[in-house]
Amino acid sequence: MSRQPEGPPPPPVVQRLRVRYAKRGRLRFTSHRDFARAFERAIQRSGVPIAFSAGFSPHPKVSYAGAAPTGVASEAEYLEIGLAEQRAPDDVRSALDAALPAGLDIVEVVEAPPGTPALADRIEASRWQIVLPEVTPESAEAVLATFLAHDSVIVERPTKDGVRPVDARAAVVSAVVVPRESRGSGVVCATLELVVRHATPAVRPDDVVTAMRQAAGLSTPVIPVVTRLAQGLLDAERSLDDGALKDPLS
Amino acid sequence: MSGQSVFERLEPLLPTVRKPVQYVGGELHAVTKDWDACDVRWALMYPDAYEVGLPNQGVQILYEVLNEREGVLAERTYSVWPDLEAAMREHGIPQFTVDAHRPVGDFDLFGVSFSTELGYTNLLTALDLAGIPLSAADRGIDHPVVIAGGHAAFNPEPIAEFIDVAVLGDGEQAVLAITDIVRAWKAEGRPDGREGLLLRLATSGVGYVPAFYDVTYLPDGRIQRVAPNRPGVPWRVAKQTVMDLDEWPYPKRPLVPLAETVHERYSVEIFRGCTRGCRFCQAGMITRPVRERSIDTIGEMVQRGVAATGFEEVGLLSLSSADHSEIGEVAKGLADVFEGSNVSLSLPSTRVDAFNVTLANELSRNGRRTGLTFAPEGGSERMRRVINKMVTEDDLIRTVATAYGNGWRQVKLYFMCGLPTETDEDVTAIAGVASRVIETGRAAAGRKDIRCTVSIGGFVPKPHTPFQWAAQLDHETVDHRLQALKAAIVADKQYGRSIGLRYHDGRPSIIEGMLSRGDRRVSAVIRRVWEGGARFDGWSEYFSFDAWVAAAEEVFADSPVSLDWYTTRERELTEVLPWDHLDSGLDKEWLWQDWQDAISEAEVEDCRWSPCYDCGVCPSMGTQTQVGPTGRMLLPLSPV
Repeated sequence: MSRQPEGPPPPPVVQRLRVRYAKRGRLRFTSHRDFARAFERAIQRSGVPIAFSAGFSPHPKVSYAGAAPTGVASEAEYLEIGLAEQRAPDDVRSALDAALPAGLDIVEVVEAPPGTPALADRIEASRWQIVLPEVTPESAEAVLATFLAHDSVIVERPTKDGVRPVDARAAVVSAVVVPRESRGSGVVCATLELVVRHATPAVRPDDVVTAMRQAAGLSTPVIPVVTRLAQGLLDAERSLDDGALKDPLS
Repeated sequence: MSGQSVFERLEPLLPTVRKPVQYVGGELHAVTKDWDACDVRWALMYPDAYEVGLPNQGVQILYEVLNEREGVLAERTYSVWPDLEAAMREHGIPQFTVDAHRPVGDFDLFGVSFSTELGYTNLLTALDLAGIPLSAADRGIDHPVVIAGGHAAFNPEPIAEFIDVAVLGDGEQAVLAITDIVRAWKAEGRPDGREGLLLRLATSGVGYVPAFYDVTYLPDGRIQRVAPNRPGVPWRVAKQTVMDLDEWPYPKRPLVPLAETVHERYSVEIFRGCTRGCRFCQAGMITRPVRERSIDTIGEMVQRGVAATGFEEVGLLSLSSADHSEIGEVAKGLADVFEGSNVSLSLPSTRVDAFNVTLANELSRNGRRTGLTFAPEGGSERMRRVINKMVTEDDLIRTVATAYGNGWRQVKLYFMCGLPTETDEDVTAIAGVASRVIETGRAAAGRKDIRCTVSIGGFVPKPHTPFQWAAQLDHETVDHRLQALKAAIVADKQYGRSIGLRYHDGRPSIIEGMLSRGDRRVSAVIRRVWEGGARFDGWSEYFSFDAWVAAAEEVFADSPVSLDWYTTRERELTEVLPWDHLDSGLDKEWLWQDWQDAISEAEVEDCRWSPCYDCGVCPSMGTQTQVGPTGRMLLPLSPV
């Protein structure tokens, strides 16, 4: 007979909260595992009454809705937590934000009403910002036009199990070029804003950049800086080209 | 401008390297101070990868002690992996700190903590990337003073060419003493330049400056004499000892990394020093006397540390934690405080003792009981008498039976191979011990699915121990004995399948042996092997035995010394050892007597509960053993 933890089972979840958080600046280099560890320790320090699973190794009730790739900044990452006691969402937001290092920032916390669709069902696409240092807006426009003229651009992404083909064009819902001054230098460089549908296999922003190099002659002398600006459902009421996304917390 | 961040230049390289998070800093409790508001600036390094270096207690303690001082700044730097090293060289980015990404070459002091000699090549990489000349002799007034600390600093002779100063012993007070000396020297307008500062450090007694000592050699290669070459420089440099650990309750606010590291826990040192007298153990010899931290300080540090970090594990550290005079009360008190929480407690102590099982039961009161570790170190009772590890085989079997009987499923046993006087039989005896462990354990547990893992490492004779004169066993014989042990375990049809064996080949130990007991002539080998690309020698995927052998052969050609001369050669009492002028407090006569006792298998009792055996430390250092019991209680802190 195996040993069992003594005492009563842990208290149940009485409140579910949905959390939007950001990965900014140098902390964009945290991997998803790094973030998860930091977040779970921050919960401990913050005193937020998180609920735990039962057993010898209880786990805090946290579920993550996808994660931006390591090295990609994000203004819109999402997770859901289960609390063992009721709390005001905004108090939880400030307690967690204060417990996390600057750069891992809690942006918004809302209550998840029972019976509403799960976070995963409220997200189908992302808006990405890709800053292309030393690329002029004019040349980026030309690249983009060529790229969008294709129906499909297959790129090979290296994975642990060898290269895997990914169609980096088909998943792109919309794309525009925005001029942007690069870091106080006075020099204007191109910035792409893309809305990309979440597909299987996932199409990552660097796959799209690779596809633009491959199919449209994009040249990137400096590694592009990528930020996820938003996630959500594509707004069916508006034109798809518009790439509008519905806030998953609304 | 000095102290400018290099992050803007580093950042574009980070997406191209493995685990970039280790280079960005931003840990909880990291400190960044205003460069211009501080007049003494330290860069502290642990010369290994971030994942190993960040949790290092020594660096974290000094980082906190220094940053608490007004006008003093300390930042951390770690070894960069070869992928980033190549990118930094290509783009001209210097070795940087992870706190504010400042060039290491801009600091006043560059303190490097060596737990192991295998970090020496990483020191050279860091110096080179920092733009600091490798040889101390080539440095100018604006280069940082390079200071070695940690256990390996008790014989810094192999890196004498590359360091300016070595500090022996406890660092807490020493770094502040050094800070004061540097501050005064700078305030006076840096009189007599770099030499002036080094002379102040040497004459104050806080640090050993290798350049201020001349070493002469006999024709046969042995050292003839080590003598100071400047007036006022002491003939022998003594270690530093912090006497009251309750006055130095660090770390208070430990760093909580974003990256994954090898230890993720709040660790508190419950005492420093050990007088068990295990003859192979350099740590036990050089950290005497025993100084306990009191039960109330331990309780307060743990509770505040856990609250400040969110760590879910607490480690009660020391060289033999079950020996704390109030360990029972500490264990019970902490188990009470954390009952019903997710915080688990661990005691990495490994003495073979039924009491350890009781403690482990208490600490795992409501947690999983997976593995317990014990360290008999020697496979036969004879061998254990030689190394002064006083435990009979029956004690060992009783202890593990208690462990299995209390629900522990796995016992890990640590041993060494290559100990002085060891025979093939002493090592194969380990297989018999492991079989008895499983046999007894199955009976005690009433089930068959228990395991015993035998972990065995190569013995390396260390300076300042009774085995400092011993011949190191050649790696061929070590490997032969390990293979014989493996065969004996495999041949055990009844219990062999329940016994795991973990070991490494004997070759890295030979290089470690040369670096441990080497003298200044070894510096050239380190430089040569580093020039040939040696890095991260503590990592088997990077370590190249052949490269080290080739470098030693090249450097020592036409000289009376060799790799074997430094390792497999037994020394005589009369030989001047490279570290004789470095004073750990141990009386050389006593060490020799203990070496003779080892050979005749005579044991020595711990001086905490039997009379003083005159090792020499207390009278020569003006210290004394400090143990409880205090009779006080560990009280749960009320939430603030």
